[in-house]
Amino acid sequence: MVLKGLSEAAGVAGDEKDVRNLILDRICDLARTEIDALGNLIAFKGKGTGKPRVMLAAHMDEVGLILSRVERNGLLRFKKVGGIDDRILPSQPVRVGPGKVPGVIGAGPVHLQKPEAQRAVFKTEDLYVDIGARTREEAEQVIKLGDYISFVTAYQEFGDGLARGKAFDDRVGCTALMEILEKDYDFPVYAVFTVQEEVGLRGAGTAAFRINPDLALVVEATTCADTPETEEHGEATRLGQGPAVSLMDATSIADRRIVRHLVELADKNGIPIQYRRATAGGNDSGRIHLTRTGVPTASLSVPCRYLHSPVCVISLRDLEYTIQLLGLFLDSIQKGGFRL
Amino acid sequence: MEAVELLERLSTEWGISGYENRVAAFWEKTITTVVDEVRRDRLGNAIALKKGAGEEPRPKVMVAAHLDEIGLMVTKVDKGGFLRFTTVGGFDPRVLLAKEVTVLGKKPLPGVIGAKPPHLLSAGERKEVVKVEKMFIDIGYGETRARELVSVGDPVVLKRRFERLQGKTVAGGPFDDRAGLVVLYETARELERVRHEADVYFVGTVQEEVGVRGSVVSTYGIEPDIGIAVDVGFGDMPGTSEEDTIELGKGPAVALGPNIHPNLHRDLVEVAKSRHIPYQLEIAPGPTGTDARAIQISRTGIATALVSIPLRYMHTTVETLVTSDLVNTAYLLASFIGQVDKKYLEGLKWS
Repeated sequence: MVLKGLSEAAGVAGDEKDVRNLILDRICDLARTEIDALGNLIAFKGKGTGKPRVMLAAHMDEVGLILSRVERNGLLRFKKVGGIDDRILPSQPVRVGPGKVPGVIGAGPVHLQKPEAQRAVFKTEDLYVDIGARTREEAEQVIKLGDYISFVTAYQEFGDGLARGKAFDDRVGCTALMEILEKDYDFPVYAVFTVQEEVGLRGAGTAAFRINPDLALVVEATTCADTPETEEHGEATRLGQGPAVSLMDATSIADRRIVRHLVELADKNGIPIQYRRATAGGNDSGRIHLTRTGVPTASLSVPCRYLHSPVCVISLRDLEYTIQLLGLFLDSIQKGGFRL
Repeated sequence: MEAVELLERLSTEWGISGYENRVAAFWEKTITTVVDEVRRDRLGNAIALKKGAGEEPRPKVMVAAHLDEIGLMVTKVDKGGFLRFTTVGGFDPRVLLAKEVTVLGKKPLPGVIGAKPPHLLSAGERKEVVKVEKMFIDIGYGETRARELVSVGDPVVLKRRFERLQGKTVAGGPFDDRAGLVVLYETARELERVRHEADVYFVGTVQEEVGVRGSVVSTYGIEPDIGIAVDVGFGDMPGTSEEDTIELGKGPAVALGPNIHPNLHRDLVEVAKSRHIPYQLEIAPGPTGTDARAIQISRTGIATALVSIPLRYMHTTVETLVTSDLVNTAYLLASFIGQVDKKYLEGLKWS
């Protein structure tokens, strides 16, 4: 299973190498590939002169931490890379740096805490990673300042066709793009595995500039709050009800023509599809659609519960439907069934 | 099996308070190779007897570590198949979010602890600790299937990763008090080589985390002359005072205070000194939160000691300890037990 390997690989924004190499290994025989100055992996498929030039994008990076100080007692202070809820950090195992040094983010024993302290949320600046080193010198033998720190969660399938693991945002998108590269097209298809989405959509823009596409589709994982304690209007998406197509988020308004076509294709082929019923958040579309003189762009997402946490949950059927719909979308372009 | 391997193995055996059978069975299977007999009492305490070489009636020493771990229990199968739960034992609710769990329903069911997502929280809510009542377990099944698989009252264990950190440090758990169970096994193994007069009862106790209950009845049943609890103690870490904590890797902490017989404390320290075993002191101003609390006031009273293994991040899923502390604790206990004879018991009497 491609997703298992991708999910378990460490790839905090700015440190996507492991993920990139995993993907490259699988696709280097399927497509022409190049890596740009920022580290985006661009895979080209199809005929270079045809129309339209289609860009598909999924980001390789995940949220994580970066080592900001080694204390004299050997404990490691860190800063967040990307949006992580402080509240999920205590009591987590992690991996530090290229050596994947195991460590844990601890939390004080409940027995020694004063009641008022227990009412306060842990703050990042009070937390640290313990790798078992007793002194700065001992720690610095295996780690160094600036090392990236990632969560470590074993991928596992469970429940009614679901999977739990880390970094499904956006390794599900990467998985979908890798599938797409198995087929051939007679128009130019660029599958881009972008970097640094989680720290401000940094990679997608430069890749889009280079490709200069006629249209783009971002394949993402998006928030799914179809869970207790959330009102129905806040759930954004529902797990197991197919890919979610965005209308608008904080960084872009989706191209309505692409959206309409995706929905029609899904309906015609019996693929469940849903609208992403939230406008908060953003993804690589935010950069891509503003590239050069503008690129018609839309996003198709796999709903994901507990997004940005060490244990994300997706429905594997949603991922499968996303891949199918993506395939149908490209097929219909090939057959001339979609024009802007 | 080396101490660290046994610790890893014991850590994977489920056993929340009241449901210790699995961990008890594994521990019995391990310790049976170095003791004379093993039995289970009516509350589920696992009792392993290693007979002494002295003439009958021999002194009886009880060494106790608890089998149970803190965990969760299903209180409701809610709409959509999500499970509501309560805690069994003392949890800081702040360490529960985004944790993997296993619900012990009709079959073991992997799950995730969820709560209202951060982007839907108001600025005020974001500063508040999520209450356990507001969390839920997602087992990935719809309501109908969830109801078939899960019943109210099903135990839930937290998933941990056994991590080998730098040096002899390991993380994961529940080391509270599987670390103590390792020490009991290592002590019995050490006593294979040490002549001891006393009968030694190694007891894996149940229900410590919900109020030191297993030790109440096991102590009554054994009626020991000396009772020693082996549990974990608060390891040094930022945000705690040195006064309240003990240092990882600096050996067992020998407790003292009203819960501890002063002679036992004195003699454990003496043995540590004479055998060059690293040790530290732990001050317990009242009844300790360990089996020593119950052992001391069993029947007409038992001379009691407590030896603590330094442990960071107690009652989280990343409990951390240094394995040399386990070996040193076992060596200290075996060395001390080796010198317990009838005359020693006489010395414990107040004059």
